[in-house]
Amino acid sequence: MLLNASGCLDALTAPDVARSLDAFVSKTITPEPRDGNAPVRIAETEAGMLNAIGLANPGRERFLTEVLPRLRELGVPLWISVGGFSAADYAETCTQLTDVAAIELNLSCPNVDEAPESAAAIVAACREATGLPLYAKLSPASWDIVGAARAVEAAGADGLSLVNTLRGLALDPRTLRPTLARGAGGYSGPALKPVALAAVYACAEGVEIPIVGMGGVRSGLDVLELIAAGASAVALGTVLFGDPEAPVRVRAELAAELAARDLGHPLDARGSAHSSLQMSVCSSGNRMQKVPGNRAKVPA
Amino acid sequence: MRRELRSVRGAERVGPYTLLRVDRGDLNAGIPGQFFMLEAPGRVLPRPMSVCIAPAGELGFLIDPIGPGTCALCELEPGDRLHILGPLGNGFDLDVGRPLLVGGGIGMAPLPYLSQRLHRPPAILGFRTPWHAEAAALLPGAEVCVEPAYVTELLPGAPHDVFACGPEPMLDALRRLVPDAQLAWEAPMACGYGACYGCAVEIDGELKRLCVEGPVLAGAA
Repeated sequence: MLLNASGCLDALTAPDVARSLDAFVSKTITPEPRDGNAPVRIAETEAGMLNAIGLANPGRERFLTEVLPRLRELGVPLWISVGGFSAADYAETCTQLTDVAAIELNLSCPNVDEAPESAAAIVAACREATGLPLYAKLSPASWDIVGAARAVEAAGADGLSLVNTLRGLALDPRTLRPTLARGAGGYSGPALKPVALAAVYACAEGVEIPIVGMGGVRSGLDVLELIAAGASAVALGTVLFGDPEAPVRVRAELAAELAARDLGHPLDARGSAHSSLQMSVCSSGNRMQKVPGNRAKVPA
Repeated sequence: MRRELRSVRGAERVGPYTLLRVDRGDLNAGIPGQFFMLEAPGRVLPRPMSVCIAPAGELGFLIDPIGPGTCALCELEPGDRLHILGPLGNGFDLDVGRPLLVGGGIGMAPLPYLSQRLHRPPAILGFRTPWHAEAAALLPGAEVCVEPAYVTELLPGAPHDVFACGPEPMLDALRRLVPDAQLAWEAPMACGYGACYGCAVEIDGELKRLCVEGPVLAGAA
């Protein structure tokens, strides 16, 4: 199952790209409208890119009344990314969301001030607010990501999204001042892949809930590696900026990788990176059913 | 939304710039002021470039090698291939009475194609140095000034229907003098199709994406 990483696609300006995914993940919605950070907001680096967009979004009310109805017309399962500045912010948005495939809680945006509560407290508040599947998106910048994953699982999360960007800084080579107006930003792209693999690999051994793997994915082999590390679904991020056809290409590459390995289904490889973990075809099949938005479609 | 793989036909030096010419194939050149995302060899992100010339079967982009991506593009050679995506964004409104084109530096890039489509209206170009001003050869007949002279000094008394592209101080000066000028702006872009929100600029007090709301905006905005 292939998704986009939140904030890496606008389904309304590129509906054909959204339709090439198994589910579309929205940009993060906050209670109030946000213009986002002042420009300059992006910078390319040698092995990735930095962004400091700052959760630009129309706010909860306009999203629900103006944007969400148009997203529904696309016919793609919708995951709504929810952000906020307190647990109550997150929970209120969850309360107002109905009839979407899943909610992803953005607990790790590196470009705004975060809510004071712990990730687990936010998940617990949202769990009380909604019966929809809740995915917790965690930062890889943690010494104990497995601890964080276990805490949000215990608080009621149905799944994990691993990983968000890492904080990074680029300097303008002429001025030696930060390129981004905000200074640091979120680092994404190819350099993030080993970080994502490590997080998925570690968390797959520590939690029972399914994992959406993301970070630096560019190819079908990258998707297969994240699945082997323990992911049940994979999201594309930075690669979409340069190649809006990446979902189609990556699916074809994944099919070729599976055929070369005599595997019938991507999840046949799930967990194969782990020597200690028993993730059979059967159990991975069961887990796959828990990933919302996947019911209508089997991945290539 | 699909990228096309295209061959490089030529890459000629024009002053400090490079005119990169690629096979157009069945691609539409778009409206002057629109742009394409050009795959930059060896880089993570493509680069946005407006169409400079659009002769039959070809698209030409004028590129200033200011960073690793633009340098990589300028080093392409005939026969090399690259992905291009476009045309993207909103171009100039060509339905005007008395057009006047104004360009500054690499901002002259969209003007040769615009001039062709408007049947060679008057044009004013400004450059930092005589070396940069060699690019004026792409727009025959243009009045040219070199710093410390500025394009605003060459404007006629009552300029009509100004189309302009250039550095922000030039565009700011122009929109004070000609409030209804059509101005083509520039911003760093990761995607060119509304996905990344990287190219936000302030329009009517709101930050909007230049790739989908622009890059051509009315001067009063």
